[in-house]
Amino acid sequence: MTVMPLQIRTAGHFQRKRMMSFAVPAVILCYFAYIFVAFDIGGLAERANLQNARTLVSDAYSYKTHVTRDNRDGSIDVSIEGERKGRYLDGNSPAWVTMGNETVVDLGNHHIVTFRETQVTYDIPGYGLIVTEPGRSGVNAEFPTNELPDWINASKNRVTISTDAGRLTVTRNRSEVFRYFLGWELFFFTLDSPYHGMALGTLLRHAVHGEAGAIWSEFWANKMWRHGDVAWALFETILMAFLGTFGAAMVALPLGFLAAKNFSPLGSLRFAARRGFDFLRGVDGLIWTIILSRAFGPGPLTGSLAILLTDTGSFGKMFSEALENVDGKQIEGITSTGAKPLQRYRFGVIPQITPVLLSQILYYLESNTRSATIIGAITGGGIGLMLTQAINTQKDWEEVTYYIVLIILMVMLMDTFSGWLRRKLIKGDEGGH
Amino acid sequence: MAELTTADIQSNYLAQVRSKRIMNTILLIVFVALMASGFATANDRNAGGFWNGLPMLLDFPGDVISEAVERAHLLPGYFVKYLPSLIETVNIAGASTLLGGIVGLVMSLLVTRGLAPSPWLVGPLRRVLDVLRAVPEIVIALVLIFILGGGPVPAMIAIALHTVGALGKLFSEVNENASLKPIEGLESVGAGWVQRMWLGVIPQVAPNYLSYALLRFEINIRASAILGFVGAGGIGYDLRNTMSWGQGKFDEAAAIFLLLFLTIVVVDQTSSNLRNRLTHGSAKGEIHA
Repeated sequence: MTVMPLQIRTAGHFQRKRMMSFAVPAVILCYFAYIFVAFDIGGLAERANLQNARTLVSDAYSYKTHVTRDNRDGSIDVSIEGERKGRYLDGNSPAWVTMGNETVVDLGNHHIVTFRETQVTYDIPGYGLIVTEPGRSGVNAEFPTNELPDWINASKNRVTISTDAGRLTVTRNRSEVFRYFLGWELFFFTLDSPYHGMALGTLLRHAVHGEAGAIWSEFWANKMWRHGDVAWALFETILMAFLGTFGAAMVALPLGFLAAKNFSPLGSLRFAARRGFDFLRGVDGLIWTIILSRAFGPGPLTGSLAILLTDTGSFGKMFSEALENVDGKQIEGITSTGAKPLQRYRFGVIPQITPVLLSQILYYLESNTRSATIIGAITGGGIGLMLTQAINTQKDWEEVTYYIVLIILMVMLMDTFSGWLRRKLIKGDEGGH
Repeated sequence: MAELTTADIQSNYLAQVRSKRIMNTILLIVFVALMASGFATANDRNAGGFWNGLPMLLDFPGDVISEAVERAHLLPGYFVKYLPSLIETVNIAGASTLLGGIVGLVMSLLVTRGLAPSPWLVGPLRRVLDVLRAVPEIVIALVLIFILGGGPVPAMIAIALHTVGALGKLFSEVNENASLKPIEGLESVGAGWVQRMWLGVIPQVAPNYLSYALLRFEINIRASAILGFVGAGGIGYDLRNTMSWGQGKFDEAAAIFLLLFLTIVVVDQTSSNLRNRLTHGSAKGEIHA
């Protein structure tokens, strides 16, 4: 070989490489530009609702207590998050609300809201006293300054004052104050529980004195957070993943033999089995879920069966591939001892493929925990359903956050568990059963 | 030692076999009991029971198929009608795989010991990948739909985030097997970290990366169809609309079923052929969804 052609070839090779290293990023960039137009990402800013985002984030780590007065009959209602479940009963109120002829709400930092007979006043340090008077004709308001700051919104029928300490809204019929607090409200005990607001030490003392069961059931039946229901939903989700994965493995194993070249007696049978697997996988979990939920209704059984059907396709394909790769020598050895076909499979084939199959099944167990959450959201079962319900109310974002944290922990736990089981089964028991 | 006769060995062996068999039988019984009680529990919690529902299992597919057959001449029209939605679904999967792949690539280089520019970041970033992998796409998608409104973008972001977690981990496993010699060579001529990675690592691992990314694309198409069903655009959204319309629009549902099925099969086949070629016909890629 002479030097020249080699040089030319190398130069050409470099040229091509250089082209590639520009062409690939250019193509990717073009695709992103197309996506930018096709998905209308430019118009996203208008469509996005930043108020929603703010509510979501602030709700995730804080809660508000509403103090509401009905301006017509003068009744006062104090409730957490404005929910019936979080209501202070029979004139009870938190320490920062003083009930009486005049109700004084202390928002902290010397912000004082007072509900008087006919007036509602808000004393803001550094700004002054705002006096509002809700009446039949609207809301009359007097402000200390003529020019209103942008955190006050006043119209004929409505005055809204939002400060760092809280928010006051006065309309003709209602005067309402929000005060914000950090954390998740009533996470352990609701207001009607005897253990609400008890210090940890006191609680422990009660627990030691034989109230542990009562304390636990108060916590477990918490109406706001429904810990018992949530735990059950998590269990249901894991159950769906477990039943789906192992059920699919049990169905797919015999079918895998049918689809494997070296075990299947008939070519047509093999072909049918393979197309069957492709069909099950191709139809996909979503469509199976829809079809099954029509027949069985929403619930965990539907979810389990949807996972089972889809994964029978995946497992069947993988198992048959694993079976085609088995070592024939072991089977010959077993055959030479006069073993019957069933014994040949049992002692010649199964021990060889068990580690491969188990490791694949356990990989799927983890990923199916995630699928079960998704399928639950569609068919209505498990933690997926609770999550969609909480999102649909569009106000319980602290519960959404709680569920998301639980889902992440659940999936990671299943990941760790299946990894542990995989190592234990495959290392400790190399030969299978 | 001398007393150990063949008979002893045999009885020892048989005893071991027996105890192993007993253990296996117990395990099997426990497993079967778990499965049986699991299915019983699931059945109790389901709205309709298994045995009640079984005869109705074929009713819905039957309705769909009979309507589709009845109005078979309309099907080509429906295919054209829903093609844009299908393209949107595929685009969601494509864009999120690409986006997730690129970010996952960078992440994978940052979490591979020996390649990472700042070793103290390896642990925390791996936890980040774990969390991204653990979140089901639907969770992020639903939250983003609340903020950004419906449409393909929430689905794209949700799937891309999950893809970063999944591909970041797989890519870093590939990186671990990359030879360090080219990197050392590049370092000796004064190449920076980005140059070492771009010229030393990426060419070694690109085929494996591509193969994993293709597998991810298959998974993401399914995910994108599912997210459409909860309101994130694409063919899933149309499917839900035609389904909730009920009888009378089942022919359209059938058209969508067919489109989705064909797309999944075609993408699966193409990608598995490509993957086989990338890995030279050897070592079929395991599927970790």
